Amino acid sequence: MTFARVRSILGILTLVGLTAGLYLGLIWAPPDAYQGQVQRIMYVHVPTAWVAYLAFLVVFIFSILYLWRGSETFDQVAYASAEVGVVFTGLTILAGSIWGKPTWGVWWTWDARLTTTAILFLIYVGYLMLRSFVEDRSRGARYAAVLGIVGFLDIPIVHKSVEWWRTLHQAPSVMRPEGATVAPPMLFTLLVSVAAFTLLYLYLLSQRLHLERLDAEILERSREG
Amino acid sequence: MNLFQRAWTVLWKDLRIEGRNREGLNTLIFFSAILLFLFHFALGPDRTQSGAAAGGLLWLGFILMGLFAMARTFQVEREEECLEGLRLLPGDPGAIYLGKVLWATALLGFAELVTFLLFGVLFSVDLWTKLLSLMVVALLGTVGISAVGVLFAAMAAHLRAREAMLPLLFFPLLIPVLLAAIQLTQVILQGGSIFGEGHWVRLLAVFDTIFLVVGFLTFTFVLEE
Repeated sequence: MTFARVRSILGILTLVGLTAGLYLGLIWAPPDAYQGQVQRIMYVHVPTAWVAYLAFLVVFIFSILYLWRGSETFDQVAYASAEVGVVFTGLTILAGSIWGKPTWGVWWTWDARLTTTAILFLIYVGYLMLRSFVEDRSRGARYAAVLGIVGFLDIPIVHKSVEWWRTLHQAPSVMRPEGATVAPPMLFTLLVSVAAFTLLYLYLLSQRLHLERLDAEILERSREG
Repeated sequence: MNLFQRAWTVLWKDLRIEGRNREGLNTLIFFSAILLFLFHFALGPDRTQSGAAAGGLLWLGFILMGLFAMARTFQVEREEECLEGLRLLPGDPGAIYLGKVLWATALLGFAELVTFLLFGVLFSVDLWTKLLSLMVVALLGTVGISAVGVLFAAMAAHLRAREAMLPLLFFPLLIPVLLAAIQLTQVILQGGSIFGEGHWVRLLAVFDTIFLVVGFLTFTFVLEE
């Protein structure tokens, strides 16, 4: 099966998955007993967060592979995944904010998970900037790979430190919606959503990878010509 | 020569350069004195206010001094193309990394010691009994700052807008170090002991260990032409 074929199949699957997720999330699943309709943001918020972390895990793995094997494809995957990851981290924070306002009363709170995600966003925006600020392609790839490894290993330490820092300052004063038990139809909807967003991630990753390859080809041809 | 002898050679070289021109240390100490003055102006004459913020302000100062020290570690190599000569050091480039981390830690550590003394004098805080534990925390934090910082400082040679990029890259990664060091410093300044805050000390130790190992392993890819 060719790469183009894989991409179109992924695209179709994503479309089906997202449509199913929309139907289940907006119509089929019951509204939350306490939060009402607002809680439906969860079906976007949790999957985007999942995709963000998944994307950075992929960056980490392919960064190691690139430094180890030196194959350009590994680097292209890492780069593509980092870009998708940053977009989804941004979306996670945005959706979280929109959800936070009606339920917690604030757009932003220095909660451990929120803060970790924001720091994550900063680290990987740095990753993308690093790539665009190095002239030499292969050097940029190597530098980025190092940051991709360092950044990912930092996440658990950041999370732990922010958690301890919070408990020293004040106990969490806001209800954590994730802490509540989830009713079976809600859980099912959430799982469908997570699956659909994972497909979306793979689809975007493959498209971005395709673009990256075209880019490399243009560079190659302009060198020859 | 084994790894540590080679690392020592790099450290010794930098110590001798510093011994001759004292540029790094002079600038750092002067910088820290200015920062302490600015802190005082920012906080106003109220003693209780400056006491509560001291840990945070000191470490904000240290991380800014760290930025300067990191930039300096490879700036001396860029002048006169010394990096080319450094690359000729036989064996694993990890030795250069270790030497530079030791050097940055020594430079910063000394400047931090002076800063504590100046802080004690200018803000009339009795630090004599606390100085040892303050320095233990300072060194634990500084090893972390250097372990990450040297890695990115070495990249900065090939980066556009490197003055702006360096803090963007390594400040977010250092957030756990900052949180831990600020908490510990604050506890010591208020008369507590770091033994009661073992989890923060462990966090610093874990951070130092992880990034020393990662830096050591990946430095060869950063230095590669």
